[in-house]
Amino acid sequence: MTEPLLDRVRRVAADVLETSADKITLDSSPETIETWDSVHHLNLVLALEQEFDLQFEPEEIDQMKDVRHVLEILGSKVQQV
Amino acid sequence: MNSSEARHEVDLLISTEDSTGASRALGDLWAHEGSPSAASFVVQRFEQLRPTLKLQPYRLGILRSFTVEPMVPLLRAAAFCAGIDLTVYVSDFNAYVQAITEQDSALYKFRPDAVILAVQTRDVAPEIWNHASALSVEQARASVARVAGDFSDWVQGFRRNSTAHLIVHNLEQPVLPSRGLLDTQPGMSQSAAIVQINAELRNLAGSQVGVYVLDYDALGARHGRSTWHDERKWVTVRLPIAAPNLNRLVTEWMRFLHPLTGKVAKALVVDLDNTLWGGVIGEDGMTGIRLGSEYPGSAYQAVQRALLDLYRRGILLAVCSKNNRDDALEAIDKHPGMLLNRSHFAAMRINWTDKSQNLREIAAELNLGVDSLAFLDDNPIERQQVRTALPEVFVIDLPADPMKFETAIRECPMFERLTVSAEDEQRGAIYQAQHAREQLEQRVSSREDFYRSLQQEAEIAPLTKASLARIAQLTNKTNQFNLTTRRYTEQQVAELNTKPGWECFSIRVRDRFGDNGLVGVAITRRDGDTTEIETFLMSCRVIGRTVETAFLSFLAGRARSQGAQRLQGWFLPTKKNAPARDFYSTHGFTSAHQNGDGTLWTLDLAANSLPAPEWIRLRILNGDEGRND
Repeated sequence: MTEPLLDRVRRVAADVLETSADKITLDSSPETIETWDSVHHLNLVLALEQEFDLQFEPEEIDQMKDVRHVLEILGSKVQQV
Repeated sequence: MNSSEARHEVDLLISTEDSTGASRALGDLWAHEGSPSAASFVVQRFEQLRPTLKLQPYRLGILRSFTVEPMVPLLRAAAFCAGIDLTVYVSDFNAYVQAITEQDSALYKFRPDAVILAVQTRDVAPEIWNHASALSVEQARASVARVAGDFSDWVQGFRRNSTAHLIVHNLEQPVLPSRGLLDTQPGMSQSAAIVQINAELRNLAGSQVGVYVLDYDALGARHGRSTWHDERKWVTVRLPIAAPNLNRLVTEWMRFLHPLTGKVAKALVVDLDNTLWGGVIGEDGMTGIRLGSEYPGSAYQAVQRALLDLYRRGILLAVCSKNNRDDALEAIDKHPGMLLNRSHFAAMRINWTDKSQNLREIAAELNLGVDSLAFLDDNPIERQQVRTALPEVFVIDLPADPMKFETAIRECPMFERLTVSAEDEQRGAIYQAQHAREQLEQRVSSREDFYRSLQQEAEIAPLTKASLARIAQLTNKTNQFNLTTRRYTEQQVAELNTKPGWECFSIRVRDRFGDNGLVGVAITRRDGDTTEIETFLMSCRVIGRTVETAFLSFLAGRARSQGAQRLQGWFLPTKKNAPARDFYSTHGFTSAHQNGDGTLWTLDLAANSLPAPEWIRLRILNGDEGRND
């Protein structure tokens, strides 16, 4: 499967945040997406963990302030695998 | 189909208003992915579809000592796919004791149908979890007693305030015991202490109606304790379970919700070739098929063992196979590797007709709705054909590897039961007797001769502790001969039996072919000069043999002796209870009132004697000795 990282993140985020993938951009954050509250943030983290088969460190979860940071963290972890 | 395409397909079906197709596509998507993101999608789409689907509403409360919020969408998605519209209430963090003990807590205001108490060893037995190595044998014993006492207080407190079902998580073992190898030696043992608490919990649940244990320790062990937890998330967000395991806990919860909501299969229809044995009997012959204790035939014996377990749980087995009948029967009767034999099957269709037609016939023969059938077949094409032609049938998805068949059967939540009555354990034999009756019916010339030759004996008894589970079970599963289709939990039946004027009776029927067991329930309420039949139902396997008349006659006689002038009862029509429609009118009742829900029928007790059929020997057990209070 060669689905780009960004597309996979957008697909998962769209499901969890109850919106469509085209509304998710690199700048999307709890400020720009209404449904992105703390419960949804945890759900997003868990959904990404399952999608990419990995576990985030607490520090990494704290840093996921927007989609750009999610991608950065994921990028570094997926490369390590 | 990848996950984006699957989502597009669902949305396409929704936009064309094909809600059945959309709900099936959502079920497939959920079965395939089962992830938090899929859950969120499935829940959103089902919420759009809700008005067009017939889903069963159910209310579940969760009392917890850890974060369960991420499990709620997973659970609701799984429930939607099973036909249940689940509303979930989650208690405040660690507020479960108040939620249980306070009569007007938010939990009780929510009016749950069932409640899960999900607490962990480290929360309710912290000294055993954290400091086991510091405890003396006596201290550990005291600790076990305290924790068992806490559970007992919570369960009893819950029962004082609610009639809902209660599912209690038992306590998990640590991955490694704190005293290492010493834990298995005489003296203080952490694991033994937890085992003892869990044993107490089992006894506690056994002593209370509607209280069940979820074996959380076994669940973790089954999937691997060492990878079950995510300690980082426990410490940071109080979520102790790793992401891939969230859905495993949800699946375990669903195992309870299936029997609680009646989403169960009453019969399992099985294929023969490559399902009950390896190979094709018509080609490989008796010596060629693989079935025995050695590999690879062992896989099929494992399947048969699983089926025997279901049979003993009261689930009927039937055969549906494309074969020459004689070949197949020879294997069933004579193959030394067979664990099942002909007497285990309540119906057989061994022919070349298509399977959905055979399944319809089997349902009719067993007096079941098609939606009560499950279907087991190794051939994905047959499964697809049945799925398309009969979407109500629960089709078990078998993996390609026969060594995994057994697990697929045992995992199926449609076969879960929370109580097993004596009737369930004998159900297979009961259906065999039914065969003999039908043959007799065809031989004798008149209906009356048939009734007489059956030599029926009926025993009517008031509610007892021993019959409570069966009575509640019948109110929940009887659809056809059921005048009002009112469902009650065990707790509700026990409770209304203590109200003034209310009575609950059951009827057992025996005849020359065997004991049918407890097959009918009547609940009545006396109000002045009128006795109203709140519930009247009979298992359809005894209907048409005049036992129902004997039961109604008893109710009339009892009402009369208590001074009632009138016996009345509603017929509330449903999709399934047409067999009961004319019951009151054929017994002399007249229609007194009609509204959108149904018809109220009434019988003048002075003018109508309503005699019991003389060919039934009737025994009435004392109306007072067996009261449940």
